[in-house]
Parts: sequence; structure tokens; C-alpha cells
Amino acid sequence: MAKHPTPMLDELEKGPWPSFVSDIKQECDNRAKNPKGLDYQIPAECPDDLLGILELSYHEGETHWKHGGIVGVFGYGGGVIGRYCDQPEKFPGVAHFHTVRLAQPAAKYYTAEYLEAICDIWDLRGSGLTNMHGSTGDIVLLGTQTPQLEEIFFEMTHKLSTDLGGSGSNLRTPESCLGISRCEFACYDSQLMCYQLTQDYQDELHRPAFPYKFKFKFDACPNGCVASIARSDFSVIGTWKDDIKIDQEAVKAYVGGEFKPNGGAHAGRDWGKFDIEAEVVGLCPTACMTYESGKLSIDNKNCTRCMHCINTMPRALKIGDERGASILVGAKAPVLDGAQMGSLLIPFIAAEEPFDEVKEVIENIWEWWMEEGKNRERLGETMKRVGFQKLLEVTGTKAVPQHVSEPRHNPYIFFKEEEVPGGWTRDIADYRKRHMR
Amino acid sequence: MEEAKQKVVEYLQGKKGKTKFYFNDFTDLFPDMKQREVKKILTALVNDGVLEFWSSGSTTMYGLKGAGNRSEVEG
Repeated sequence: MAKHPTPMLDELEKGPWPSFVSDIKQECDNRAKNPKGLDYQIPAECPDDLLGILELSYHEGETHWKHGGIVGVFGYGGGVIGRYCDQPEKFPGVAHFHTVRLAQPAAKYYTAEYLEAICDIWDLRGSGLTNMHGSTGDIVLLGTQTPQLEEIFFEMTHKLSTDLGGSGSNLRTPESCLGISRCEFACYDSQLMCYQLTQDYQDELHRPAFPYKFKFKFDACPNGCVASIARSDFSVIGTWKDDIKIDQEAVKAYVGGEFKPNGGAHAGRDWGKFDIEAEVVGLCPTACMTYESGKLSIDNKNCTRCMHCINTMPRALKIGDERGASILVGAKAPVLDGAQMGSLLIPFIAAEEPFDEVKEVIENIWEWWMEEGKNRERLGETMKRVGFQKLLEVTGTKAVPQHVSEPRHNPYIFFKEEEVPGGWTRDIADYRKRHMR
Repeated sequence: MEEAKQKVVEYLQGKKGKTKFYFNDFTDLFPDMKQREVKKILTALVNDGVLEFWSSGSTTMYGLKGAGNRSEVEG
């Protein structure tokens, strides 16, 4: 029997979609039955009260969560987000409902035992409700009370070697794609870079001093499986400098139907015979490919690394050998300004251990943003307000045409006097020799 | 360091009606110091139990431990 009637929430269980209401109800039943005989350290009816307070909010059109709170375990300024409700007598199970964020293993490789151990701790010391994963990629444990925080932290760090993730005005939990562990398109070891920078920037992760949040994400190739270009202030995307490697025999095999395009994906219906002109050459965004007399050619200078041809014919086309990464900055979701995608800052950078080149760019950006950024201003917003050229300056980056996304629309690269031979002054007499008044 | 810590505490005690402060508020207190140096002072004060963090989840602020009425309800 439900503790609180929830007619409005029940509506969200209808239809063909998975429902978070059904999930929470499932946990209500589980905690009521307590099949493992746990000595619950926070009220067993926590999920029931969560549904109750949400139903109340739906009726009233007002939230009953207070804004933020005192956070953390000793010495940490992030990783725990204090949540308190303003109806603690009516809903004692959610009087405190703090969120705990944990750093996920790189590329989210788990063992079943590890996941089970996390869930065991959370069943005992939390609500039993989790969010796998938060949009930063971390493991999000929803709902516990203040006296449990140090206990949870101790068990996570000592038993599971898992640290708290980032929250608040911190470096957020860095995230990477699978990289070279499973993917032949990987241009650098994204998991290693993610791990190394997580270790190197522990202070930035746990002790907040930024104007606002700051996110790193690492995509090992331009397919961008963690969508770093849209989701991180500092996006590292693998790329290559030389030519795409072509195996002409394999191209013929695709054309002849011997190899299935897209690794056999899109096989749910008959799409007809593979047509290299329509499905590859004709879809190249810069039209830099031709297929003539059974030979595929690529004008590599005009290739923008869209990856479509390589994805379609992976046995015939391989990424180049001179590999590294591009760095894009300033992506964000809408809060102050609208959503922004990352802007290209460094077209090509070495991405080898110990990643000193990348770290130098990061630290220059931080130094500038911590000085210039207004409170609650993301890097992308500071960039827009102060100008992209300033970012080039502080990172010691030379302006290149690729920095201009739309000529004449965003001409944010201006010459300075010292960059122009002769400066701004000119010999008028000399000019008049060639130009009549 | 002790002098700097004292300066932070006095600054916070002198602010009436406000209990939460952005990191930038403290860098203004030490205009000749790099941000990382200022951060070290604040970290030391947090470790001493003099300051505590407050967070909305997306933004973090600093305040004197126990200051404001939030501590009674949130402690």
C-alpha cells in the first residue's frame, strides 16, 4: 500500500515508455520487503516520501526543495550536493536528500561485482535510487542524509577505490570514450589522458575556486562518442594530419557486395545494393572524394574529418598515421546565453603521455578565466564577452582561418598594430603618388 | 599565512546580512596574490574548520562555519 496517493504521478506510468515513477515504486516495495534484512541507515520510506513530495509539487506547481545547502565530506568542496526539503515533518524520509557523485571508471568499464558493491552501500546508507549516469558521466547516487556522508565516503574510497566526482564551481568529473580499448578509429589514448588529467587536477576537482563549473571530455576520434564538442568547456578530439589510408581492393569488395557497409549495421531491411556514389562519395560534406574507374581518391587537404566514409567502409579506409588531437573550447548548455558548441582553438596538438602540451593550454585558460570570468560565467560566455582573440592571446595560439567559423559573420580576429608591417601609420605623400585625391 | 587567514575571517565577520561568498570576493581582498595562493588560504581555513562550503549543486560559495540560519536546519 502506497504511503502517499499519487494520482498525478501515476499518469506518468502510462504509455509505452520507461517510467521513473515505476522505478521509484519498485524501490518502495523492495525497501518495504527488505529481502536482505538490512538495517537501513536512513528511513526505509525515503522513496515513498520522494513520490509524496513530488506529487505535492505537481499539485501546487511549486517545488519543495530548498536551494542548495552545506555540502561535502571533510576537505571536499564538491561531490556531494546538499538537498533539503521544506516539508520535513510531512515527508521525513526526504528531510535530507543529498546527492553523492562518484567518479566513474574511465570509459565506464565495470565488473558486475563493483556495481553490486556500490548498490549494496547505497541500499544500506542511501535511498537505493541511483542515476547511471549523470550528464557529466559520473555515477549519481540520489538521496541520503548528512550523518551518512562520511561513512559513504570512507567505504567508497577504502573498499572500492572510488573517489567523489565533481560538482559546484569545480572541475567536473572528466569523461572519455572507449578509445583504443575497443576502437580502431582512436587517434590517441583517450582513457589514459582522462585518467592522467583526473589525477593531475585533483585540487581543481575537489576544491572549488572557478567562477563556475568546468568540464573536460575526451573523444579519441571525430565520431565523438562522448560528444565532447557539445558537452564540455574543454573538448579534446582525436584527429590526424596525414592522409586517410585507402585499401583499393577492399573498396572494390564493398562495391562488389563482398563486405557489408557500416559493419553490417542498418541490416533491419533491404536497402538494396551498396552504392558508393550515393552512400559515400555523394555524402562527403566537402565533396573531396571521387570514385572513377574502380578507384577511390580523396583530396585530403579538403577533408574535414567527418568520418562518414571511414565509418561506412572501415575495412577499406583507415585513419592516418600522424595522430594527435584538436582542442575545442566553450561548449555549454543554455543557462545565461543559449547553448553553444565548442569553438576550435588548437587544430592539432600532440596527445602523448604525460600530456604536457595539453596541460599547458588548460592551465593558461584557467589562469585567464579565473581572473576574467564573472561569477557563474562559463568559459564559453567569457569567450563571447571578451572575444575569442583574447583566448588566442592567453594560450599563445596563432590565428588561423579555421578559427573563423563564418567569414564576415563573426570576424572576431582583428589585427593589432604590432602584427602589421609598418603599423597603422603610413606615408600619405607616398600614398598620394599612387592615388589621386 | 596566519595573517592572511585572519584577514579573511575579519572580512567575513565584518559583512552583515551576508553569509555566502564567491571565490572572487576573496581574490579582491588580496589584489597582489595569484588566485592559487588565495585558494591555499581558503583551503587551510576549511581544513581548520573555520570556513565551510555551500553549494547549489552548480555553484559553490564559502562562508564562516555555522554562519547564517541555514546551519540549524541543514546541519
